Amino acid sequence: MELSEHLFRRESGRLIAALTRIFGVHNLGLAEDVVQDAFCRALEVWKVRGVPENPSGWLMAVARNRALDIIRRERTARMFAPEVARALESEWTLRPTVDEAFATSTIRDEQLRMMFSCCHPRLPRETQVALVLNILCGFGASEAANAFLTGRAAMEKRLARGKKALANASRLFDLQDAEFGSRLSAVRHALYLLFNEGYHSASGGAAVRSELCLEALRLTRLLLMAPLTAGPETSALAALMCLHAARLPTRVDAAGDLSPLLAQDRSRWDRSLIDEGRRWLEHAATGPDVSMYHLEAAIAAVHAEAPSVEQTDWRAIVRLYDLMMAISPSPVVALNRAIAIGQCEGPESGLQVLRSIADAGRLRTYPFYAAALGEFELRRGDARAAREHFVAAAALARSPSERRFLDRRAQDCGSQSIA
Amino acid sequence: MSQFLYLYRMTPTSRQNAMGTPEAAQQSMQKWMTWLADLETRGHLKDRGQPLEQGGKVVKGPKAVSDGPYAEAKDVIGGYSIVEARDIDQAVELSQGCPILGGGGSVEVRPVMKMDY
Repeated sequence: MELSEHLFRRESGRLIAALTRIFGVHNLGLAEDVVQDAFCRALEVWKVRGVPENPSGWLMAVARNRALDIIRRERTARMFAPEVARALESEWTLRPTVDEAFATSTIRDEQLRMMFSCCHPRLPRETQVALVLNILCGFGASEAANAFLTGRAAMEKRLARGKKALANASRLFDLQDAEFGSRLSAVRHALYLLFNEGYHSASGGAAVRSELCLEALRLTRLLLMAPLTAGPETSALAALMCLHAARLPTRVDAAGDLSPLLAQDRSRWDRSLIDEGRRWLEHAATGPDVSMYHLEAAIAAVHAEAPSVEQTDWRAIVRLYDLMMAISPSPVVALNRAIAIGQCEGPESGLQVLRSIADAGRLRTYPFYAAALGEFELRRGDARAAREHFVAAAALARSPSERRFLDRRAQDCGSQSIA
Repeated sequence: MSQFLYLYRMTPTSRQNAMGTPEAAQQSMQKWMTWLADLETRGHLKDRGQPLEQGGKVVKGPKAVSDGPYAEAKDVIGGYSIVEARDIDQAVELSQGCPILGGGGSVEVRPVMKMDY
């Protein structure tokens, strides 16, 4: 049998969830050791015998046996999870308790509790996201550092601090807790950041970026599987992830450069993700509240439904950005709104709205503000002004691919002025 | 064709390099499978061999039985395979692709003694 892609990374999060169920979150390090042991054993055995029929079950059986050994050897000396501590004391109940921890439904619930624990309000956002990526998605410190364009040492420190905070809690977050609602928002926000890091980030290679998006989507689907954590806002989050992720194959062109929405080959958008996104968006429409996730998903849906840039319902998009500005105004939202206005009313209006953004100062270091000015100048026919904006934008680029893209736009202006 | 024993030797660091993160583990596994499958298709793999447990006993006499492989050992035999090759040079050459080398481990190549009589 072939080794399926990212098998170990995927299994890592599930095994950790089952093991911390028994060992307790204060023994997270022990759980990680057991997982690593199971992987070592798999490497030794599979290379001789081949990958088993059910690799996930194989790994689980090894981890479960190892857990039993550890508990039998250390149950008098070590404190395990308070929820099951008593049951681990007797051989009568030890085995069924450990088996229960490895049941599919328990693993799912424990992954949720782990996610909620990682998103503790006292931890900085970036630590929350790093913990989720490390513990639930199985990214090692250096892989997480790569994905976030952080140094490995900084990432290791961030993770160590986060894990210490986790270990200090005597148990994982209880979904019945009074803080459930606010914690659920924090979890959604962390997953949103994880997705954005993959989708928009200037960091990492294309492959790493789409992996982050797919991991964020996988965990959001996990939220949707449990009645407590599902609901309109979670559905809206899933919808926006699906609808954006559908465009991932076209976000970067053959040369590895960023490809703007306007230039993307729409026939290569992932139809099944678009359909899934639409379904979640319908689910999302069942509640009374409209969140930013709703609006962002709705905008993505308008793009996904349009056969071309020209046939896009830009008026609908402007209306959605208006709502966004009402709920949670930000310079970047204002910028996107201005671009949409320029699309439906022409470059003059676009420029006017861009220049009138109240908080434009904060956009001064954002390359796509200058780039938007450049696009509208170019469309208006002022190639020289456009070129200056693109050159300014390129100077602000945060990655080589952004810089190449903006340099190319600047060159495009040059050739137009000669022609 | 002669037979050669490959002894796979690992150090704690090479093990850590190979298995440190799930993705590293996955890549190590993939490399091992590719390497062994390649030896097999080329007709060099006589026996994939067996992995060995980390722990065991070292017996030096009736009263000298200790736990091993020795805690202080810098490298530990992690397993073995048996290959067929023309001569030791070819056996060495074939071992060069072994993924264990990438992580700082080593392969000990030993000719299996021919018993002519």
